[in-house]
Amino acid sequence: MSSKSDIIGETGLQFFGKVSASISHEIKNVLAIMNENAGLLEDYTHMLENGKPINTELFKTLAGKVLKQIQRADGIVKRLNRFAHSVDNFAMSVDLVEIVTFMVELSHRSASSRGVSLEPSASTGPVKITTNPFFLQSLIWLCLDFAMDMVDNGKTIGIITEEKERCAWIRFTHLKGLTGISIDEFPSEREKALLSLLKADLTVDVNAGEIVITWPEA
Amino acid sequence: MKTRVLLVDDEKEFVESLSERLTLRDYDVGISTSGEDALEKVKGYNYDVVILDVLMPGLSGIETLREIKKVKPLTEVIMLTGNATVETGIEGMKLGALDYLMKPCNTEELVDKIDMAQQRKYEHEERIREAKVQRIIASPRSVLRED
Repeated sequence: MSSKSDIIGETGLQFFGKVSASISHEIKNVLAIMNENAGLLEDYTHMLENGKPINTELFKTLAGKVLKQIQRADGIVKRLNRFAHSVDNFAMSVDLVEIVTFMVELSHRSASSRGVSLEPSASTGPVKITTNPFFLQSLIWLCLDFAMDMVDNGKTIGIITEEKERCAWIRFTHLKGLTGISIDEFPSEREKALLSLLKADLTVDVNAGEIVITWPEA
Repeated sequence: MKTRVLLVDDEKEFVESLSERLTLRDYDVGISTSGEDALEKVKGYNYDVVILDVLMPGLSGIETLREIKKVKPLTEVIMLTGNATVETGIEGMKLGALDYLMKPCNTEELVDKIDMAQQRKYEHEERIREAKVQRIIASPRSVLRED
Protein backbone atom coordinates (compact mmCIF):
# COMPACT_ATOMS: atom_id res chain seq x y z
CA MET A 1 0.00 0.00 0.00
CA SER A 2 1.41 3.42 -0.98
CA SER A 3 1.93 6.16 1.59
CA LYS A 4 0.10 9.44 1.25
CA SER A 5 3.28 11.23 0.11
CA ASP A 6 3.85 8.55 -2.57
CA ILE A 7 0.31 9.04 -3.85
CA ILE A 8 0.74 12.83 -3.91
CA GLY A 9 4.08 12.58 -5.71
CA GLU A 10 2.76 10.11 -8.28
CA THR A 11 -0.41 12.14 -8.86
CA GLY A 12 1.61 15.33 -9.31
CA LEU A 13 3.95 13.68 -11.78
CA GLN A 14 1.05 12.22 -13.78
CA PHE A 15 -0.61 15.64 -13.84
CA PHE A 16 2.61 17.29 -15.03
CA GLY A 17 2.99 14.65 -17.75
CA LYS A 18 -0.59 14.97 -18.99
CA VAL A 19 -0.48 18.75 -19.17
CA SER A 20 2.91 18.67 -20.92
CA ALA A 21 1.63 16.11 -23.45
CA SER A 22 -1.49 18.18 -24.14
CA ILE A 23 0.55 21.37 -24.63
CA SER A 24 3.08 19.61 -26.89
CA HIS A 25 0.17 18.35 -29.00
CA GLU A 26 -1.13 21.92 -29.37
CA ILE A 27 2.35 23.12 -30.39
CA LYS A 28 2.59 20.31 -32.96
CA ASN A 29 -0.69 21.46 -34.50
CA VAL A 30 0.57 25.03 -34.80
CA LEU A 31 3.82 23.79 -36.38
CA ALA A 32 1.86 21.63 -38.83
CA ILE A 33 -0.16 24.65 -40.01
CA MET A 34 2.96 26.80 -40.35
CA ASN A 35 4.67 23.96 -42.22
CA GLU A 36 1.85 23.76 -44.78
CA ASN A 37 1.73 27.55 -45.21
CA ALA A 38 5.51 27.69 -45.73
CA GLY A 39 5.12 24.85 -48.24
CA LEU A 40 2.41 26.77 -50.09
CA LEU A 41 4.71 29.80 -50.22
CA GLU A 42 7.35 27.57 -51.77
CA ASP A 43 4.84 26.14 -54.27
CA TYR A 44 3.68 29.61 -55.38
CA THR A 45 7.30 30.80 -55.71
CA HIS A 46 8.12 27.83 -57.97
CA MET A 47 5.04 28.63 -60.07
CA LEU A 48 6.15 32.27 -60.43
CA GLU A 49 9.64 31.13 -61.39
CA ASN A 50 8.08 28.93 -64.07
CA GLY A 51 6.20 31.92 -65.49
CA LYS A 52 2.76 31.15 -64.07
CA PRO A 53 0.91 34.28 -62.88
CA ILE A 54 0.17 34.34 -59.14
CA ASN A 55 -1.99 36.95 -57.44
CA THR A 56 0.24 38.70 -54.88
CA GLU A 57 -2.74 38.83 -52.47
CA LEU A 58 -2.09 35.11 -51.91
CA PHE A 59 1.31 35.93 -50.38
CA LYS A 60 -0.26 38.52 -48.07
CA THR A 61 -2.92 36.01 -47.00
CA LEU A 62 -0.28 33.40 -46.23
CA ALA A 63 1.82 35.88 -44.22
CA GLY A 64 -1.31 36.74 -42.22
CA LYS A 65 -1.98 33.06 -41.53
CA VAL A 66 1.59 32.50 -40.31
CA LEU A 67 1.39 35.56 -38.03
CA LYS A 68 -1.88 34.24 -36.57
CA GLN A 69 -0.21 30.91 -35.73
CA ILE A 70 2.79 32.69 -34.18
CA GLN A 71 0.39 34.55 -31.86
CA ARG A 72 -1.34 31.26 -31.06
CA ALA A 73 1.99 29.57 -30.29
CA ASP A 74 2.99 32.51 -28.10
CA GLY A 75 -0.16 32.02 -26.00
CA ILE A 76 0.53 28.27 -25.68
CA VAL A 77 4.15 28.80 -24.62
CA LYS A 78 3.11 31.47 -22.09
CA ARG A 79 0.70 28.95 -20.54
CA LEU A 80 3.45 26.30 -20.47
CA ASN A 81 5.83 28.74 -18.80
CA ARG A 82 3.27 29.74 -16.18
CA PHE A 83 2.45 26.08 -15.52
CA ALA A 84 6.15 25.14 -15.19
CA HIS A 85 6.68 27.92 -12.63
CA SER A 86 3.78 26.73 -10.50
CA VAL A 87 6.19 24.33 -8.76
CA ASP A 88 8.47 27.19 -7.62
CA ASN A 89 6.85 27.79 -4.23
CA PHE A 90 5.59 25.15 -1.84
CA ALA A 91 3.10 27.60 -0.31
CA MET A 92 2.04 31.06 -1.42
CA SER A 93 -0.96 33.35 -1.60
CA VAL A 94 -2.99 32.60 -4.73
CA ASP A 95 -6.22 33.86 -6.25
CA LEU A 96 -8.55 30.88 -6.73
CA VAL A 97 -10.40 32.70 -9.52
CA GLU A 98 -7.16 33.08 -11.50
CA ILE A 99 -6.11 29.47 -10.88
CA VAL A 100 -9.52 28.13 -11.95
CA THR A 101 -9.42 30.26 -15.13
CA PHE A 102 -5.94 28.93 -15.87
CA MET A 103 -7.00 25.32 -15.34
CA VAL A 104 -9.98 25.85 -17.67
CA GLU A 105 -7.51 27.05 -20.33
CA LEU A 106 -5.24 24.04 -19.76
CA SER A 107 -8.20 21.60 -19.81
CA HIS A 108 -9.69 23.08 -22.97
CA ARG A 109 -8.26 20.44 -25.32
CA SER A 110 -9.21 17.51 -23.08
CA ALA A 111 -12.76 18.91 -22.66
CA SER A 112 -13.13 19.60 -26.36
CA SER A 113 -12.08 16.06 -27.32
CA ARG A 114 -14.84 14.77 -25.01
CA GLY A 115 -17.41 17.23 -26.40
CA VAL A 116 -17.64 19.13 -23.10
CA SER A 117 -17.70 22.91 -22.54
CA LEU A 118 -16.28 24.51 -19.41
CA GLU A 119 -17.98 27.68 -18.18
CA PRO A 120 -16.34 29.50 -15.26
CA SER A 121 -18.67 32.04 -13.64
CA ALA A 122 -18.00 35.75 -14.01
CA SER A 123 -15.59 36.92 -11.34
CA THR A 124 -16.93 38.91 -8.40
CA GLY A 125 -13.38 39.70 -7.27
CA PRO A 126 -10.33 37.72 -6.16
CA VAL A 127 -10.66 34.82 -3.72
CA LYS A 128 -7.33 34.58 -1.90
CA ILE A 129 -5.99 31.55 -0.05
CA THR A 130 -2.49 30.46 0.94
CA THR A 131 -1.71 27.03 -0.44
CA ASN A 132 0.52 24.95 -2.73
CA PRO A 133 -0.28 26.20 -6.27
CA PHE A 134 0.92 23.11 -8.13
CA PHE A 135 -1.04 20.58 -6.08
CA LEU A 136 -4.07 22.89 -6.06
CA GLN A 137 -3.94 22.77 -9.87
CA SER A 138 -3.61 18.95 -9.70
CA LEU A 139 -6.73 18.73 -7.56
CA ILE A 140 -8.78 21.02 -9.83
CA TRP A 141 -7.55 19.03 -12.87
CA LEU A 142 -8.66 15.73 -11.30
CA CYS A 143 -12.06 17.20 -10.38
CA LEU A 144 -12.55 18.54 -13.91
CA ASP A 145 -11.48 15.21 -15.41
CA PHE A 146 -14.01 13.34 -13.25
CA ALA A 147 -16.71 15.99 -13.83
CA MET A 148 -16.35 15.61 -17.61
CA ASP A 149 -17.67 12.04 -17.27
CA MET A 150 -20.52 13.17 -14.98
CA VAL A 151 -21.84 16.11 -16.97
CA ASP A 152 -25.51 16.20 -18.00
CA ASN A 153 -26.86 16.29 -21.54
CA GLY A 154 -26.04 19.98 -22.00
CA LYS A 155 -22.38 18.91 -21.84
CA THR A 156 -21.47 22.12 -20.01
CA ILE A 157 -19.72 22.16 -16.64
CA GLY A 158 -20.27 25.33 -14.63
CA ILE A 159 -17.40 26.33 -12.33
CA ILE A 160 -18.20 28.81 -9.59
CA THR A 161 -15.42 30.27 -7.44
CA GLU A 162 -16.57 32.37 -4.50
CA GLU A 163 -15.94 33.43 -0.93
CA LYS A 164 -18.79 33.21 1.56
CA GLU A 165 -19.09 32.71 5.31
CA ARG A 166 -15.30 33.23 5.52
CA CYS A 167 -14.75 30.11 3.38
CA ALA A 168 -13.36 29.80 -0.15
CA TRP A 169 -15.40 27.58 -2.48
CA ILE A 170 -15.03 26.01 -5.88
CA ARG A 171 -18.24 24.39 -7.17
CA PHE A 172 -18.39 22.18 -10.26
CA THR A 173 -22.03 22.20 -11.37
CA HIS A 174 -24.46 20.50 -13.84
CA LEU A 175 -23.16 17.02 -12.98
CA LYS A 176 -26.34 14.94 -13.24
CA GLY A 177 -24.28 11.78 -13.78
CA LEU A 178 -23.31 11.84 -10.10
CA THR A 179 -26.53 9.99 -9.28
CA GLY A 180 -25.04 6.84 -10.80
CA ILE A 181 -21.77 6.71 -8.83
CA SER A 182 -21.00 4.68 -5.73
CA ILE A 183 -19.99 6.52 -2.59
CA ASP A 184 -16.34 5.36 -2.65
CA GLU A 185 -15.77 6.17 -6.34
CA PHE A 186 -15.02 9.86 -5.79
CA PRO A 187 -13.01 11.29 -4.15
CA SER A 188 -10.50 8.47 -4.63
CA GLU A 189 -7.28 8.04 -2.65
CA ARG A 190 -5.54 10.50 -4.99
CA GLU A 191 -8.00 13.34 -4.34
CA LYS A 192 -8.11 12.54 -0.62
CA ALA A 193 -4.30 12.77 -0.36
CA LEU A 194 -4.30 16.13 -2.18
CA LEU A 195 -7.18 17.46 -0.05
CA SER A 196 -5.24 16.57 3.07
CA LEU A 197 -2.10 18.36 1.81
CA LEU A 198 -4.10 21.42 0.75
CA LYS A 199 -6.17 21.44 3.97
CA ALA A 200 -9.38 21.46 1.95
CA ASP A 201 -12.66 19.53 2.10
CA LEU A 202 -14.57 18.00 -0.77
CA THR A 203 -18.23 17.07 -0.84
CA VAL A 204 -20.25 15.40 -3.57
CA ASP A 205 -23.83 16.72 -3.62
CA VAL A 206 -25.63 14.11 -5.71
CA ASN A 207 -29.02 15.87 -5.56
CA ALA A 208 -27.66 19.24 -6.69
CA GLY A 209 -25.31 17.58 -9.21
CA GLU A 210 -22.29 19.34 -7.74
CA ILE A 211 -18.76 18.66 -6.51
CA VAL A 212 -17.72 21.28 -3.95
CA ILE A 213 -14.21 22.00 -2.65
CA THR A 214 -14.00 24.29 0.39
CA TRP A 215 -11.22 25.95 2.32
CA PRO A 216 -12.34 26.98 5.79
CA GLU A 217 -11.23 30.35 7.16
CA ALA A 218 -10.06 31.77 3.81
CA MET B 1 -7.97 9.79 -63.40
CA LYS B 2 -6.98 11.90 -60.38
CA THR B 3 -6.40 10.20 -57.03
CA ARG B 4 -9.28 11.06 -54.70
CA VAL B 5 -8.02 12.10 -51.25
CA LEU B 6 -10.00 13.08 -48.15
CA LEU B 7 -8.14 15.11 -45.49
CA VAL B 8 -9.59 14.84 -41.98
CA ASP B 9 -8.37 17.02 -39.10
CA ASP B 10 -10.14 19.28 -36.61
CA GLU B 11 -7.56 22.01 -37.39
CA LYS B 12 -9.41 23.73 -40.24
CA GLU B 13 -6.45 25.86 -41.35
CA PHE B 14 -4.27 22.76 -41.56
CA VAL B 15 -6.61 20.84 -43.87
CA GLU B 16 -7.26 23.93 -46.00
CA SER B 17 -3.55 24.60 -46.60
CA LEU B 18 -2.66 20.95 -47.18
CA SER B 19 -5.66 20.60 -49.49
CA GLU B 20 -4.40 23.49 -51.59
CA ARG B 21 -0.92 21.97 -51.81
CA LEU B 22 -2.26 18.58 -52.91
CA THR B 23 -4.64 20.22 -55.41
CA LEU B 24 -1.63 21.99 -56.97
CA ARG B 25 -0.11 18.50 -57.33
CA ASP B 26 -3.19 17.39 -59.27
CA TYR B 27 -5.03 15.38 -56.61
CA ASP B 28 -8.83 15.50 -56.22
CA VAL B 29 -9.03 16.66 -52.60
CA GLY B 30 -11.92 16.80 -50.13
CA ILE B 31 -11.68 18.15 -46.58
CA SER B 32 -13.42 17.37 -43.32
CA THR B 33 -12.96 18.68 -39.77
CA SER B 34 -14.62 15.85 -37.81
CA GLY B 35 -14.81 12.07 -37.83
CA GLU B 36 -18.60 12.15 -38.17
CA ASP B 37 -18.49 14.41 -41.24
CA ALA B 38 -15.62 12.36 -42.76
CA LEU B 39 -17.68 9.19 -42.47
CA GLU B 40 -20.60 10.80 -44.33
CA LYS B 41 -18.22 12.00 -47.06
CA VAL B 42 -16.63 8.54 -47.39
CA LYS B 43 -20.09 7.00 -47.77
CA GLY B 44 -21.05 9.52 -50.44
CA TYR B 45 -17.90 9.52 -52.62
CA ASN B 46 -15.43 6.86 -53.67
CA TYR B 47 -12.26 8.24 -52.05
CA ASP B 48 -9.08 6.30 -52.74
CA VAL B 49 -7.17 7.53 -49.70
CA VAL B 50 -8.16 9.13 -46.39
CA ILE B 51 -5.56 11.07 -44.37
CA LEU B 52 -6.94 10.88 -40.84
CA ASP B 53 -5.88 12.77 -37.70
CA VAL B 54 -5.79 10.55 -34.61
CA LEU B 55 -6.96 13.04 -31.99
CA MET B 56 -10.23 14.81 -32.77
CA PRO B 57 -13.24 15.91 -30.71
CA GLY B 58 -16.26 13.61 -31.03
CA LEU B 59 -15.50 10.51 -33.09
CA SER B 60 -11.74 9.96 -32.66
CA GLY B 61 -9.41 9.06 -35.51
CA ILE B 62 -9.26 5.42 -34.41
CA GLU B 63 -13.08 5.17 -34.18
CA THR B 64 -13.44 6.87 -37.55
CA LEU B 65 -10.93 4.41 -39.06
CA ARG B 66 -13.00 1.46 -37.75
CA GLU B 67 -16.18 2.89 -39.30
CA ILE B 68 -14.50 3.70 -42.64
CA LYS B 69 -13.18 0.13 -42.88
CA LYS B 70 -16.72 -1.19 -42.25
CA VAL B 71 -18.33 0.84 -45.04
CA LYS B 72 -15.43 1.09 -47.54
CA PRO B 73 -12.91 -1.68 -46.77
CA LEU B 74 -10.82 -0.95 -49.87
CA THR B 75 -10.36 2.75 -49.10
CA GLU B 76 -6.83 3.17 -47.81
CA VAL B 77 -6.27 5.17 -44.63
CA ILE B 78 -3.09 6.94 -43.53
CA MET B 79 -3.11 8.08 -39.90
CA LEU B 80 -1.74 11.47 -38.93
CA THR B 81 -0.52 11.98 -35.40
CA GLY B 82 0.76 14.97 -33.46
CA ASN B 83 2.10 12.76 -30.70
CA ALA B 84 5.82 12.21 -30.37
CA THR B 85 5.20 8.50 -29.83
CA VAL B 86 4.26 6.03 -32.54
CA GLU B 87 1.80 3.92 -30.50
CA THR B 88 -1.36 5.49 -31.91
CA GLY B 89 -0.07 5.12 -35.46
CA ILE B 90 0.70 1.45 -34.84
CA GLU B 91 -2.74 0.94 -33.24
CA GLY B 92 -4.26 2.39 -36.41
CA MET B 93 -2.23 0.01 -38.59
CA LYS B 94 -3.46 -2.95 -36.54
CA LEU B 95 -6.98 -1.80 -37.37
CA GLY B 96 -6.30 -1.65 -41.10
CA ALA B 97 -4.59 1.70 -41.71
CA LEU B 98 -1.90 1.42 -44.38
CA ASP B 99 0.62 3.70 -42.66
CA TYR B 100 1.02 6.69 -40.37
CA LEU B 101 2.75 10.07 -40.48
CA MET B 102 3.88 12.44 -37.74
CA LYS B 103 2.90 16.13 -37.75
CA PRO B 104 4.33 18.33 -39.15
CA CYS B 105 4.79 16.06 -42.14
CA ASN B 106 7.11 16.22 -45.10
CA THR B 107 5.03 16.86 -48.22
CA GLU B 108 7.05 14.59 -50.51
CA GLU B 109 6.79 11.76 -47.98
CA LEU B 110 3.02 12.32 -47.76
CA VAL B 111 2.67 12.35 -51.56
CA ASP B 112 4.70 9.10 -51.80
CA LYS B 113 2.44 7.43 -49.24
CA ILE B 114 -0.73 8.65 -50.99
CA ASP B 115 0.52 7.27 -54.32
CA MET B 116 1.46 3.96 -52.67
CA ALA B 117 -1.99 3.78 -51.04
CA GLN B 118 -3.77 4.54 -54.31
CA GLN B 119 -1.73 1.85 -56.10
CA ARG B 120 -2.60 -0.69 -53.41
CA LYS B 121 -6.30 0.12 -53.66
CA TYR B 122 -6.17 -0.16 -57.44
CA GLU B 123 -4.45 -3.59 -57.19
CA HIS B 124 -7.07 -4.82 -54.70
CA GLU B 125 -9.87 -3.69 -56.99
CA GLU B 126 -8.18 -5.37 -59.96
CA ARG B 127 -7.87 -8.67 -58.07
CA ILE B 128 -11.56 -8.52 -57.15
CA ARG B 129 -12.49 -7.81 -60.78
CA GLU B 130 -10.33 -10.73 -62.01
CA ALA B 131 -11.86 -13.07 -59.43
CA LYS B 132 -15.35 -12.09 -60.60
CA VAL B 133 -14.40 -12.67 -64.23
CA GLN B 134 -12.93 -16.10 -63.37
CA ARG B 135 -16.12 -17.00 -61.51
CA ILE B 136 -18.29 -15.99 -64.48
CA ILE B 137 -16.06 -18.00 -66.87
CA ALA B 138 -16.24 -21.03 -64.59
CA SER B 139 -19.98 -20.70 -64.08
CA PRO B 140 -21.73 -18.30 -66.51
CA ARG B 141 -24.99 -18.57 -64.60
CA SER B 142 -23.28 -17.00 -61.57
CA VAL B 143 -23.67 -13.63 -63.31
CA LEU B 144 -27.38 -13.86 -62.49
CA ARG B 145 -26.45 -13.87 -58.80
CA GLU B 146 -24.31 -10.71 -59.11
CA ASP B 147 -25.31 -7.77 -56.89
